This record gives sequence, structure tokens and C-alpha cells, in this order.
Amino acid sequence: MKKFILATATAGALIASGGGAFAQNINICVEGAYPPFSSTEASGEVVGFDIDIANALVNEMGMSATMVKTDWDGIIPALLEGKCDAIIASMSITDERKQVIDFSDKYYNSPAQFIGAGGMGEDMLEGKVVGVQRGTIHQDFMEGEFPNVELRLYGSQDEVYLDLAAGRIDAAMGDAIAMDDGFLKTDAGAGFAFFGPAYSIPKYHGEGAGVGVRQGEEELRDAFSAAILAIRASGEYAAINDKYFDIDIYGGE
Amino acid sequence: MRFDLVLDNWQMFAGGLWMTLQLTALAVLIGFAIALPFGLIRARSNGAVSRLINAYVYAFRGTPLLVQLYLIYYGLSQFEWVRDSFAWVILRDAWWCALIAFSLNSGAYATEIIRGAVQSVPEGELEAAKSLGLSPFKVARLVLIPAALRRALPQYGNEVVFMLHGSVVASVITIQDILGVGRTLNARYYLAYEGFLTAAALYMVLAFVVVFTFRQLEKRYLGYLKVAR
Repeated sequence: MKKFILATATAGALIASGGGAFAQNINICVEGAYPPFSSTEASGEVVGFDIDIANALVNEMGMSATMVKTDWDGIIPALLEGKCDAIIASMSITDERKQVIDFSDKYYNSPAQFIGAGGMGEDMLEGKVVGVQRGTIHQDFMEGEFPNVELRLYGSQDEVYLDLAAGRIDAAMGDAIAMDDGFLKTDAGAGFAFFGPAYSIPKYHGEGAGVGVRQGEEELRDAFSAAILAIRASGEYAAINDKYFDIDIYGGE
Repeated sequence: MRFDLVLDNWQMFAGGLWMTLQLTALAVLIGFAIALPFGLIRARSNGAVSRLINAYVYAFRGTPLLVQLYLIYYGLSQFEWVRDSFAWVILRDAWWCALIAFSLNSGAYATEIIRGAVQSVPEGELEAAKSLGLSPFKVARLVLIPAALRRALPQYGNEVVFMLHGSVVASVITIQDILGVGRTLNARYYLAYEGFLTAAALYMVLAFVVVFTFRQLEKRYLGYLKVAR
């Protein structure tokens, strides 16, 4: 609770000073290949839950945002090099990443699960090929918990879906909500289903997805954390959430 | 600088090196097998076959290798009849898709190289062979093709280096070639500099080996055309 009061105070001070502590406009790295959280329109515009949340947070902080579309591979380097000031790309808060960047509190937390053709089971995975996005918590999870399953690494989640639909891989491991809305509920996902339990192991899956900022920028980090709680309280979060999902994806408090 | 992590993962780089070598070498060999007959036909005739070959060369030289790879890997797999056909055994595999795209691409470029080399063989060499009473087939086998291939060497060396560098696009379709390993290291430890610098060094060594080999071949087989200075 103390943390909350402090953070609110910082954010309040920021809004009062018109965000004078940092630039009025803030560049935010987003991915654009992770529906429904982040996807790219035909016009090139990036849309989705992450983007709506980013705008709401930045609004709450009294700033404006420019979205910088960045490949997942290069998203942390882009933050470190200053091409953007924050990452809002469904990035899970993990110890490994914390060594390089800093995170706000979570803005959502959803479990990880397998998907595959109907009838697949976890006991059938031996000798099969599973696709994951390269450099994600799901890659770490697979290498740690299923070392005997052949793993194929993709640059984006969209490519995982393409190869799963084509039958090049037997299953995919990823975020349950992203895969449900991004694949299973689409035409391409017909005949595919979840299998195995919903995983949420802190060692691999962290504490949920947070806003990534450079280390040493505590003010910005705390402003984001405060803004997350503020839009939760104001009902703005719920409005965005309901636009995309049937359930509240924030997870436990 | 964390080159110790590169060293820790040396097996991954060794695997990537082998993958790149394998794909490049096979693609260049298959490309050559395509290009030799095609180049000869292009140089010697203007018939329907020659025009078809020209269309192939035009298509593959006119589009980027990455687009060709996407079309073969992701494009073909979207059609159900392709997935149901016997070809799916091969097209299902990323490695085969890469080899097919690379071979066809290299074949197209090499066809033009060989066509140019065949046309640059002086008419006098062929007339001399003919006047010895050699059949057209023997003229081609004993004089025209060896003379053309010698002259194609410098350009062909370039083509092999281009193919080596072009092979990096394999990493976008899940193949762990040298760049793929660099990307994995980057994604896992955020080692952009160390991972990619190691990849760059490996490509440089490979390119140097290719250039050196072709220089030796040129000395051996093209030396007789050297102008005395």
C-alpha cells in the first residue's frame, strides 16, 4: 500500500508539473504481430489491446504517445538505444529481463498453454515438433520443462500460426489468451484446440506483462505503475478489456 | 562485452556454420547443374525453349531472394492441394524450401554468367576445332564448354559469394544457420553486438575461402589468357 501511495504521489506531481520531468511526447515500442494485443492494419497502423492500454496510460500521465513498431528481436535493444522510452508489447516481467531493463507493475497476467490439432495431448509430445516465438518466456519454459521435444523458433507469433495451420509443426506453446483470440477463434484455427494444463510458473512465466523502461528511470516506471492502477480504478481499463476479451485479463490483484 | 557467452555457445555456432556451408554449397552445385545446359541453350538458340529459360531467369533475377523464399515456404503451404500432394513431404521442411529457393536463384544468375561466357569464346577457337573434323558434340564438349567455363570463373566466384551472403534469409524460416544462431543469442541474452559480430566474422572467413579458391582456379585455368605485361 505504501508503494501505491508513493507512486500516486509521484504521478500526481508529474501531472501537476505538466510532465516537465520528461518530454511531453513519449515514444513507445510496440510489436504489431501479436493479435489481439498488437497487430498491424493494412494501412500500417498498429492496433490492439497493448496500443489502447499504452494510449490510456500515457493519457493518464498527461503526455502524448508515438507508437514505434519494432520487431520482437530488436525491442529491448531499441529501448536501450533510446529509439523509444518504454516497451508496451505484452512483455512478461522476468528476472532475466530485469537484469537489462526495468518494469512497471503488471498490466495483465494470463497463463501459457499448448495448442494443437484436436486430440493432441501432452503425453503425445515426445518426438513431435513444437513452435514458439524466439526469445520469449515460452521458449525458456519449453527448454526447461520439455527438453526432449523438438523446438522450432519463430520471429513472430503470426509465423507460428502459419506453420501450425500448414502442419509443419504439431503444436505451439504460447500465451493462452493471445492464441485463443489470435488463432483458435479465427478461420485458420478451425480444428485446433488447447491441450494440457494452463501454466503459470513464476520461474518461467514471471509476474505478468509490464511496461518496460530503461534502468535508472524510476520516476517513469512508477508513473506507469500508478497510471495502471488509476485506469483500473477509473473503469478505463475495463472498457478496453471488454473491447477485446470476455474475461478480465488483469489476473489476481 | 560478453564474448564468453559466445564461447559457451560455440556448438550452436558450429551447427550454424555447418548449416550455412551445406545450404550454400548444395545450392551452388544444383544451380550450376541448372545453369550449364540453360546457359548453353540461351547462348546458341532463340527458340521457344530459350525463351522459356529467359522467362525463368527474368523472374528469379527480378525478385528478391527473401520474397522467393516466402512464396515457396509460406505461400505454397496455404493451398490445401499442395499440402495433400506428394510434394508436401519436401515442402513441409524448411530446409528443403530454402534449398529449392537458393538453387533456383543461383541457377538463374549462373545461367546468365554462362551465357555470357559462351558468347565470349572467340569464333576462331570453334572454327579451329571444326577444321580438325570434330563433330558438333565434340566441339562443345572438348572446346566450347571448357573454354566458356574458364572465362566464367571470375564472375562465378562472385555469384558464390553472393549466394553465401544471400543464404542468411534462411534464418527467417526457422533455420538455425549462422545468422539464426546470432539472432537466438541476441534474443536470449540481448547480445546484439557479440552475437552478430561473431556471425559477421564467420561469414567473412567463409567468403575469404571462396575468394581464395576461385583465385587459385583462375590462376590454374585462366592463366593462359593473361596478357603479358
